[in-house]
Amino acid sequence: MKKPSVFLFTFVVIYLVFLYAPIMLLPLFAFNDSSIIAFPLSGFTMDWFIGLMSENTLHRALKNSLIIAVTAAVISTCFGILTARAMARHDFIGKRPSFGLIMAPLFLPEIIIGVALLIVLIQLGVSLNIWTVILGHILICTPFSVSILYSAFNNMDRSIEEASLDLGETRFGTFRRVIFPLVKPGVIASILICFTISLDEFVIAFFLTGVEPTLPVYIWAQLRFPSKLPSIMALGFILLLISLILLAVFEYYRRKSEKLIGKS
Amino acid sequence: MALRSSFGTKWKRSFAGWRLIGGPFLFGFLLLLAPLFLMIALSLWTQDYLDLDRTPTLNNYRDIFSHPVYVMLIKRSVSISLFVTMVTVLLAFPMAYYISFYGGKYKAIWLFLITIPFWTSYLLRIFLWKIILGYNGVVNSSLLSLNLIEEPLSFILYNANAVVIALAHAWAPFAILPIFVSLERIDRSMLEAAKDLGDSAIRSFFRVTLPLAMPGIISAALIVFIPTIGDYVTPKLVGGKDGLMIANMIQVQFSKANNAPLGAALAITSLMTVLLISLGFLFFNRRYLRKQTQ
Repeated sequence: MKKPSVFLFTFVVIYLVFLYAPIMLLPLFAFNDSSIIAFPLSGFTMDWFIGLMSENTLHRALKNSLIIAVTAAVISTCFGILTARAMARHDFIGKRPSFGLIMAPLFLPEIIIGVALLIVLIQLGVSLNIWTVILGHILICTPFSVSILYSAFNNMDRSIEEASLDLGETRFGTFRRVIFPLVKPGVIASILICFTISLDEFVIAFFLTGVEPTLPVYIWAQLRFPSKLPSIMALGFILLLISLILLAVFEYYRRKSEKLIGKS
Repeated sequence: MALRSSFGTKWKRSFAGWRLIGGPFLFGFLLLLAPLFLMIALSLWTQDYLDLDRTPTLNNYRDIFSHPVYVMLIKRSVSISLFVTMVTVLLAFPMAYYISFYGGKYKAIWLFLITIPFWTSYLLRIFLWKIILGYNGVVNSSLLSLNLIEEPLSFILYNANAVVIALAHAWAPFAILPIFVSLERIDRSMLEAAKDLGDSAIRSFFRVTLPLAMPGIISAALIVFIPTIGDYVTPKLVGGKDGLMIANMIQVQFSKANNAPLGAALAITSLMTVLLISLGFLFFNRRYLRKQTQ
């Protein structure tokens, strides 16, 4: 392997510093013993983390976000399975347009999706609550689920399912006992990604949530109060650790998925 | 086609596909396509306090184009997004190039390394730029302590520059990944051939690598451009008064101003603008997309 030029290498290093600059500040200020977010740092404290434990609005927001993220992740992954399977194995009239519609949220600004849904819900007279947020999140998570699962379904060896059908297994049985185990790591990866996207999504939740805030909506409200900032930094640090754990689990299942499909 | 399957079996096969995709399609139809059409309809209505007048009229659009503030916001959103797209893609390309050509067996680790910062809350990531770029921020205090500047720089926060920096950061992986994929697809023997035939490194980069990487660059540009034009959080947090964008105005129409029809018209206008620019961009670059016969 030839070596990159000094120029390119220096650029890569500076660019990485740029990419990591914001999150490097999170732990610094989360443990900083000062209510002002500025340099120089003044000392170490765990107070901001301890303070989070008595924030009741935060706990409610977290509970709402978890309900929304779990529901949205499971439903969008089901949609992802159906769509990926249909795209990988079937030829049907209107295949491209229907696929285009399902993937469209990926290419639309979030504010457009949020506003469009808001208009419909208001016209229908539906009151805004966590279920309306779930609907919005399913819409934006499904394309991610499809892109994760499509390769799993597409690369799977057709003859395995045929063998199962030939040996007398029903279609449903084949799905449950042959296809599903093979795509299961992909399904788990999809659930994790959709969960993380939903947990972090702000704009749609901001438009579609009623009186019950989600976690990002709660954070947004807190950002206005300078005195709340250190505890928000602490919260952000916890969230970062959780996402990194989820990401590591995701990576594990994604690799497992690749191996399984590769072997078959 | 006609020889292999008759019309009837085609319908039968269609049914099998639709049985699977029907649910997700219906969901998308009811919660995306129908709402978008309703949004178009709403943009043609007018609202007087609480009453919605359903006679179709183009008044909202006339309002938008006759009020300088709306036109200015749309223009500003477009120019900020175009600038963000340019900066993001220009910065992402060398990174993707490095991973693809020098990553060796650590490519996956490199990609992982690039995505890690983006698993922090989006709101907090943008907010942290405020701390970095602020009056007492990281940049200013370090420049001051190095005696490089006399007083804190003020042109880096609460304006369009800050929005560009924060967005170029937020969308980095979305630009790096597609470019990386297109670079990976380049047959390395083509580069060797160029070299053997006497092309210098720079010439072969511009004549072989860059044209072949264009599909990735084009999709990176679109992936960054389309969503950033509608970004709400970044202008609101770091944009100040001079960095506000169209999404902020749309939100105001749906809340404080209580003029949903005008908000819908603004949303449609910006969506159309994005669409036209993207199509123009694709048309302009069509030769790169056609060549790719993978």
